[in-house]
Amino acid sequence: MTVLAIKDLNVTFSTEGGQLHALKNVSFEVPERRIVGVVGESGCGKSTLINAILGLLADNGSVDAGSITFEGEDLTRLGPARMQELRGQRISTVFQDPMGALNPVLSVGRQMRNIQYRSGRSRSEKDARSEAMLRQVRIPDAQAALTRYPHEFSGGMRQRVAIAMALMMKPALLIADEPTTALDATLEVATIELLRELQQDIACSVLFISHHLGVIAELCDDVVVMYAGEVVERGSTRQVFHSPRHPYARRLLECDPARQSGRTRHLPTIPGEIPDLRQRPPGCVFATRCDQRVDACDKVPPDVAVETGHVARCILAEAR
Amino acid sequence: MLRYSAKRLGLAVVIVSVAMLLLFCMIYLVPGDPAAVALGPRATDAMREGLRIKMGLDKPVWVQFWNFFSAAWQGDLGRDVLSDRPVATVVMEQLPYTLALIFGGISWSVALGIPLGCWAAVERGTMADRIVGVLSVAVIAVPSFVVAIYALLIFAVALRWLPAIGAGEPGDIGDQLVHLILPSLAVGLGWVGYIARMVRASMLEVLESQHIRTARAFGLPERMITYRYALTIAILPTVTLLGVGIGQMLSSAVFAEIVFARPGVGKLVYDAILTRNYPLVTGAVLVTTILFVLLNLVADLIVGALDPRVRSRL
Repeated sequence: MTVLAIKDLNVTFSTEGGQLHALKNVSFEVPERRIVGVVGESGCGKSTLINAILGLLADNGSVDAGSITFEGEDLTRLGPARMQELRGQRISTVFQDPMGALNPVLSVGRQMRNIQYRSGRSRSEKDARSEAMLRQVRIPDAQAALTRYPHEFSGGMRQRVAIAMALMMKPALLIADEPTTALDATLEVATIELLRELQQDIACSVLFISHHLGVIAELCDDVVVMYAGEVVERGSTRQVFHSPRHPYARRLLECDPARQSGRTRHLPTIPGEIPDLRQRPPGCVFATRCDQRVDACDKVPPDVAVETGHVARCILAEAR
Repeated sequence: MLRYSAKRLGLAVVIVSVAMLLLFCMIYLVPGDPAAVALGPRATDAMREGLRIKMGLDKPVWVQFWNFFSAAWQGDLGRDVLSDRPVATVVMEQLPYTLALIFGGISWSVALGIPLGCWAAVERGTMADRIVGVLSVAVIAVPSFVVAIYALLIFAVALRWLPAIGAGEPGDIGDQLVHLILPSLAVGLGWVGYIARMVRASMLEVLESQHIRTARAFGLPERMITYRYALTIAILPTVTLLGVGIGQMLSSAVFAEIVFARPGVGKLVYDAILTRNYPLVTGAVLVTTILFVLLNLVADLIVGALDPRVRSRL
C-alpha cells in the first residue's frame, strides 16, 4: 500500500523576474510504514515539496501539473477546508527549528490541547492524551511540563515536544523537515532513535528531509535525491548509496565528509552552482556542472529504471 | 508574576523619586523670588522675609528638597495660593475627570485600532488594507484640538446628538458617559491610527514566523491562528506603545478639557498658569507624573501577564 504518491508534480512561483519553475516532473512514492529520505543541497526544492504536500504554498506559488495522492485523495484538487482537516490529523509535520516552531506565549499544554480541537474529546481527556504523548517522547515530569512555556525547555526537549505534538493525532504520514539539523550530534542520534521508535509504534510513514547523508543512510528505507527541483535519482537506500547512477548523486555521496578516508585539507565539492530556475535549461538540469556531459544531455533526460524501484533521470544510466 | 510585579513596582517608586528631583530643580532654577511673586509688587521687605521663612526658602537647598520630597510622599503638596486649600485635595477633585477622559481615549483607540490593524494585516494588499492605511495616517496627522473643535461643531452644534460642554450631572453615570463621548474621541482618535498601523505591522511580522507555519501545519483553524496564536504576540508592542502614549494623551486632554469646558487636571493647570498659582502647577504636574508612571506600570504588567518570556526575564 502506498500512503503518498507524487506523480509528475510541477510547481511554479510567479516572481518579478518571471516564472520560477521550482519543481519539475517530481515523482516518487512513500509506501506504508516506510521511511523515505529526501536529500539535496539548499535550494533544491525540499521546502517547496513540503509546502505543496501540505497545501501551504505561498500566494504566488501554484501546482501547474501532476498529482499528490494521499490515502486515495488528490491533495492538489482538495479545497482548503478539507486540506486543513488532513493537516495535523493525517499528515503531520516536524520542522527544523525547535526554537521557533512552538508558540512562545502559549503553554505547551494549551498548544497540545488546541491541536486536538477536532477530536471531540473532553478537556481532561485531551490533557491526559497530551501528557501521555510527552511521556512517550521522554519529557521528564510530563504533567508539570504541560503548564510550562517553550522557552523553559532546552532545544532538544523542545524538538521532542514538537514531535509529540506532530504525532498526537496518530497521522498516517509524518513529514520531518530537517528535524535534527539544529541539534548537536548527541541529541541528533537520540532524536533519530526516538523518531524510529515512534514511527514503529504509531505505524506511520515518514518523509524525512535532510542534507545529512549519514542520517539518511542510518534511518531511511528509501532515498529520493533532489537537484534543482527535480528528482534525479530514487531507489532503496541500499541501491542509491551503493550504486548511484546519476552523476549528481554520485558526486553528492563523494562529497560526504564522513566518507573521506585519510586526512585531507580539502573537502571535495561540486564546482558550479544550481542554475537560475527562472531559465531552466531545456535538457538535463545538471549538465552545466556534470563532468560526464555528452551532446545528448541537451535533450530532455529520460527517467531510466535501472532496477526495480531504482530510477535515475540521466541518459548515461541508460547507456550502461 | 508576583516577583515581576514587585520588582516593577520598586522601579516605579524610583522613577517617581527621580521625577520629583527634576521637578524640584526646575522650580528652584526658575529666576525670581517665589515669595515676591506670591505677594506682589506692593509687599514690604519684612512681609517677603516672613513668607520666605514660612515657605522654608531660607533653608539650605538640600533641606528644601528633603522637605518637599518627604511632604510629597505623605501627600502634602503645599497650599493653593488663591483658595488656601491643600493642593492635593484640589488636584484629586479634578483627577477623576481626567482619568475618565484618558480611559475613554484608550478605549476608543483599542476598540477601533486593534480590530482595524488586525483586519488590514489579514487582508494585506487588498483595497481594505489600503483604505485602513490611508485613514490611519489621516487621523494621526490631525491634531487632537482640531478633532475636538470639529467633533463639537458636527455632533453637538449641527446635529445636536451629543452635549457640547461640561462633564454631565454629578452622580448621573449615564449623563457623564454621554458627555465623555466627544472629548474622549478627540483624545483617542489619533491613537486609533497609531495602533492600527502598529498592530498591522507586528501582525504581519508574527504571521510570517515559524510557529505560525507550524500552527497551520497542525491544521488549526485560521481564526484561532489569527487571534490566539498571532494577535497575542502582535499586541505586545502596542501595549507598551500605549503606556508611553499616555503622556501624549495627557497633553491632548488639556485641549479637550478647554474646548469642551470640562473640569479636569489639564484645565486646572491651564487656569493655574494664567493666575501664576505656582504651588498648584507644581502639585498638578507631580500628580500627572505619578499617573504617567502608574499607567506605564500597568502597561508593563499587562505585557508581563501576556508574555511568559518577559515574566521570567525581569
